[in-house]
Amino acid sequence: MGTEMTVANASSAARTEILRRIRVAKGGTSTEAAAQSGWGHVTREYRRTSALETEALLELLEDRLRDYDAHVVRVGADDVADAVSKILTTRGKRRIVVPDGLTAEWLPEGFEFVTDDGMSATSLDAFDGVITGSTVAIAVTGTVILQNIAGQGRRAVTLVPDYHLCVVKATDVVETVPQAMEKLSGTSELTTTFFSGPSATADIEMTRIKGVHGPRHLDVILIM
Amino acid sequence: MSGVALDPKTSPVFPMAAKAALGDTQMRKNVRHATNVIQTKRGRVVGEMPDWQQLREAGKQIRQHTMEHLDFYLEQFEENCTRVGGVVHWARDAEEAKRIVTGLVKASGSDEVIKIKSMTTEEIHLNDALEAAGIHAYETDLAELIIQLGQDQPSHIVVPALHKNRQQIREIFQRKMNLPELGESPQDLADAARMFLREKFLRVKTGVSGANFLIAETGGVCIVESEGNGRMCLTLPETLITIAGIDKVLPRFQDLEVVLQLLPRSATGERMNPYNSIWTGVKEGDGPRAFHVVLMDNARTEILADKEGRQTLNCIRCGACQNVCPVYRQTGGQAYGSVYAGPIGAILTPQLQEMHHAQSLPYASSLCGACYEVCPVKINIPEVLIHLRNKVVKQNTAGIVGLFDVEAGAMKAMAMIFKSERRFRAAQRLGRMAETPLVRKDGRGVGWIGWLPGMLGGWTQVRDLQEMPKETFRDWWEKRRTNGN
Ligand code: SF4
Repeated sequence: MGTEMTVANASSAARTEILRRIRVAKGGTSTEAAAQSGWGHVTREYRRTSALETEALLELLEDRLRDYDAHVVRVGADDVADAVSKILTTRGKRRIVVPDGLTAEWLPEGFEFVTDDGMSATSLDAFDGVITGSTVAIAVTGTVILQNIAGQGRRAVTLVPDYHLCVVKATDVVETVPQAMEKLSGTSELTTTFFSGPSATADIEMTRIKGVHGPRHLDVILIM
Repeated sequence: MSGVALDPKTSPVFPMAAKAALGDTQMRKNVRHATNVIQTKRGRVVGEMPDWQQLREAGKQIRQHTMEHLDFYLEQFEENCTRVGGVVHWARDAEEAKRIVTGLVKASGSDEVIKIKSMTTEEIHLNDALEAAGIHAYETDLAELIIQLGQDQPSHIVVPALHKNRQQIREIFQRKMNLPELGESPQDLADAARMFLREKFLRVKTGVSGANFLIAETGGVCIVESEGNGRMCLTLPETLITIAGIDKVLPRFQDLEVVLQLLPRSATGERMNPYNSIWTGVKEGDGPRAFHVVLMDNARTEILADKEGRQTLNCIRCGACQNVCPVYRQTGGQAYGSVYAGPIGAILTPQLQEMHHAQSLPYASSLCGACYEVCPVKINIPEVLIHLRNKVVKQNTAGIVGLFDVEAGAMKAMAMIFKSERRFRAAQRLGRMAETPLVRKDGRGVGWIGWLPGMLGGWTQVRDLQEMPKETFRDWWEKRRTNGN
């Protein structure tokens, strides 16, 4: 108890002092109104809308994802389970963890799908892979965005297994980063993960190497 | 320099350190190769963006605006982060920050931590403090792991081990991971790191990270990375301690739309980093149960108070200025005697030392302006360099009236030039002409500068500096746009 109090006191003294130094440095205290109006005056002349038709948009996303070593297929809404089955068979994956709330129709017969119930990282490590849905995808950057909601799950589930199969709906694809941020704005406090291709590093002689700590392989099914 | 912490208080002055670095041909070759690769990639992905200049302008304005209202945004961040279950701490300086982090790690019940690459923790030498308190820190970023196992020091903000090539890395891993048979392909080396670290990710209960951005509006924190080691450290431990400079704040969630476009393209030439994580406080069942943020000043308010130096705080640590800098490319990062190297190091380090140390760094530049052209938030590094040279001169001549007046006058003239874009460009063109008498061609027709005026002269007398590019980035950019390709 004694130490906690000392830490709290020291921190509040530091807080007061740092805020004082900032105000002296700037010559005054900022108000919410001033901050808001100043923020509103930032010039934002960069691109914030899409110029592409749907087909061109999806092609761009596919192209950018492939550029990042992700494998992408397009399917109709009724053919997802079929596509999942083919991909898992080709990859030789059998035992797959899925987040709670994943669309049941996406999952084919003949594999073992286990719903995550908050299992330990070590248990997750023992799976062949994970299947999830997604919230938004950005074509220009080849990025898919997950949030902690039904069908996408907590972060550890898409992180620990060596393989990730992600289902993206064509209607969730946007062209630019600002469009994606706008879509996320209503749920900005949810835990959010952007991924662009599988885990990679360029730390050794600037050679891009796939798969360091995150999933080493990423497949994306794009539903039309 | 291996094993000795890069501390501006004890490091040799730049011209001396640079002279030593210039003798290390292997290191210089590695640095040249790495910076060439990043620059090529960067040029390609920046060229794809028709609105790059508009993004830079927005980035600059957002950062400037943040600094103008820093007190408001920090309090807002604290309030929101606390509301969602985070605990916010404030640290006036490095000592206080280290004390807080060490205390928090101990309170978490762990004597080991897994760490994400973080320049802020490097800046304060956190690992040494943890070690002294009996806590072992495992670096989990591949480059940081190479440096930690090799008892080396970082040489670049974004790619800290770029001065090492694969043979050197293999040798370190063979020795430290006890893998005598280890191959030398980058894949072999990455696989070894994966094996070595996975056990730690699954076992260690406390994580320490820096932050790329703190979002005032939501209390959220954003980290961008490539390998997934960041996600491991942010997600698997029970306790997460994030330490961030007070300059890392962004006003609103929406502002990420600007910095998340500027940062990856400038830093590694990627359209987006493989992973970006955004989290707010603690979330039941997802990630750590305890989350602490340490907001550290450590002389940043001192920089804020300096009207001309203030723009240094806008830096988003992309490292692009290092890659283009002809001085950095010759000397590598460690000659700067600080974890922040290159042009940004030349202006940031002395200011973090309140101008008492690292006074030679503002002179470690040929003022060619390439860093300014490339900076995604338009920090006018040459202008700050001149301003700091002025400060150094003033500090050193206090009481010795008249001695340095000539130099001080010249610096003032230079400062005038860098204040106006038109004058700056004219001077750049002039500069390329004016330097001609200094340039000698080598056997392959590459121009070298054998001598430079000023303090840097002591250094260029020993080694040659490659001639300025014939065309500035901006000239090239404008030409390629009017050509319509
Ligand atoms: S000064 Fe600009 S270019 Fe250099 S690291 Fe900072 S943001 Fe990047």
